[in-house]
Amino acid sequence: MSTQSARTARTRFNFTPYLFLAPNLILFLTFMFIPIGYAFYISLTQWSLIGSPQWVGLANFVRLLGEREFWISMWNTLYYTVTTVPASMFLGLLGAILLNRRIPCKGILRGSFFAPAVTSLVTAGLIWQWIFSTEYGIINYLLTLVGMQPQPWLTSNALAMPSVIVATLWIRSGYCMVIYLAGLQGIPREYYEAAEIDGAGKLSQFKYITWPLLGSTTTFLLVICVIYGFMAFDLLYVMTGGGPGFSTTVMVHYIYQQAFSVGEMGYATAAAVILFLLIFSLTMFHLREDRSK
Amino acid sequence: MNSNKHSKNFWIAVLLWLAALVTLFPFFWMGSTALKGARELFLRPPVFVPHYPEWSNFAKVFTVAPFGRYFMNSAIVAGLSVILTVFINLLAGYTFAKYRFKGRKVLLLMIVATMMVPFQVIMVPNFIIISALGWLNSYLGLIIPRAAEAFGLFLSKQFMDDIPDELIEAARIDGQSEFRIFTGIILPNCRPLIGVLATFTFMWRWNDFIWPLIILSKKEMFTVQLGMSNLIGQFYVEWNLLMAVALLSVLPVLAIFLMFQRFFVQGITTTGMKG
Repeated sequence: MSTQSARTARTRFNFTPYLFLAPNLILFLTFMFIPIGYAFYISLTQWSLIGSPQWVGLANFVRLLGEREFWISMWNTLYYTVTTVPASMFLGLLGAILLNRRIPCKGILRGSFFAPAVTSLVTAGLIWQWIFSTEYGIINYLLTLVGMQPQPWLTSNALAMPSVIVATLWIRSGYCMVIYLAGLQGIPREYYEAAEIDGAGKLSQFKYITWPLLGSTTTFLLVICVIYGFMAFDLLYVMTGGGPGFSTTVMVHYIYQQAFSVGEMGYATAAAVILFLLIFSLTMFHLREDRSK
Repeated sequence: MNSNKHSKNFWIAVLLWLAALVTLFPFFWMGSTALKGARELFLRPPVFVPHYPEWSNFAKVFTVAPFGRYFMNSAIVAGLSVILTVFINLLAGYTFAKYRFKGRKVLLLMIVATMMVPFQVIMVPNFIIISALGWLNSYLGLIIPRAAEAFGLFLSKQFMDDIPDELIEAARIDGQSEFRIFTGIILPNCRPLIGVLATFTFMWRWNDFIWPLIILSKKEMFTVQLGMSNLIGQFYVEWNLLMAVALLSVLPVLAIFLMFQRFFVQGITTTGMKG
């Protein structure tokens, strides 16, 4: 390591910062930047890992757009995202508002709601698969208690996705709550006191103080949760395996299948490139919104 | 007015406790199932607290599949990842915060931009790179591609920005080497940051699923998550054993969170806890 004094460090070319950054730069280059560029290249080839990639131009993309299964996986991803994101954010906001007051054992409550978020998705998937089990699941038992018919939760086309959505809300709501709670604590108490003096009710306090001041928290959560939604895989893989049929196959699962079961690296990567562009444009939109504030 | 407010808070507390119980129920059900014997498992009405708890289920888990090996693999991967990732993130964060050098802004921007690229999107190219390196079915293959991540690096930089420059200047005048300044003066001032980084890195790596799923085919290299999902693929699922191993798999993450819980709320809110 260099032992230059502070003065000479400024005047002479200093290797130290580059040396300190080297491990990160090498890793980012090898496993992030090169793979991104590489992905675009592979997506334009036909390649099953045997032999060398054959250049096919945009053929993979053309094929994707005509493939029914691709559109189903896209639709499932949207279905999953559009339902889980608003619901988990709503539950999170509700929990945060209720929790943001003098309540005994607040820490334990917060910890309880947050616990599912640190549980691995595989574990969560196993627990919920057991809960939703058709024959011995606790949910079906509760249904029979109130005189309803047991349902084939994870083995029916119509109910599999809603079941996974319920499990997702269990995982994600507490996370949204903790982030919203942090946002709420940043709002000065005086705002509410002033509003109360002016005779504003709880509802208009929420409408004119809480909601606008939580704006950036909401945008942040929206982007993060939508990305989570687009990236969903583990939970679905464990709970339903993408089935029955294709009813819960999402985009990442489709990419995984095409690459590692079918062995079509080029075709699978083309789907990944589409996913990448979707997420990229979404984040760009977020950044533009952020800057305009 | 005051008593009215008190009773309102009371009802809100009741509501929150009910919600918390509902949230915790799946965990309770996991624990309860884990302790059931074959007979109590399928009883109707279901048994909530097993009358004859089968503690031996936890031992039996290690005989249905080599879970001892899986736990060791996960511990090695998560443990080494924490050491490597936390160290290089602190070093890079410090460099971006306290050095002025050519390309600083561009490099930082490029690294921060990688937060927009979820790993799942580049998993296929990474798989190809790893197999070219001969790292399939290896600890290296599990650890190295995920070692650099931008959230921890950025968090470190933000934290180190607040460390006074005078501290570093004084050490330089004393003639300490740059690396000694980092390890001897900077790191001892970063304990909360290190706690947050270690907690999250451990959790992310311990819970990793899709990457191990892709690059591991040899059973003896399986992680805990992979071992569990593999069990369910078998034709007959022994739910009590599955819940027992699920319970065991949660304990390390829980232990780390309890260890560092002072820092963790702060950590979640600043990192957004991205995986």
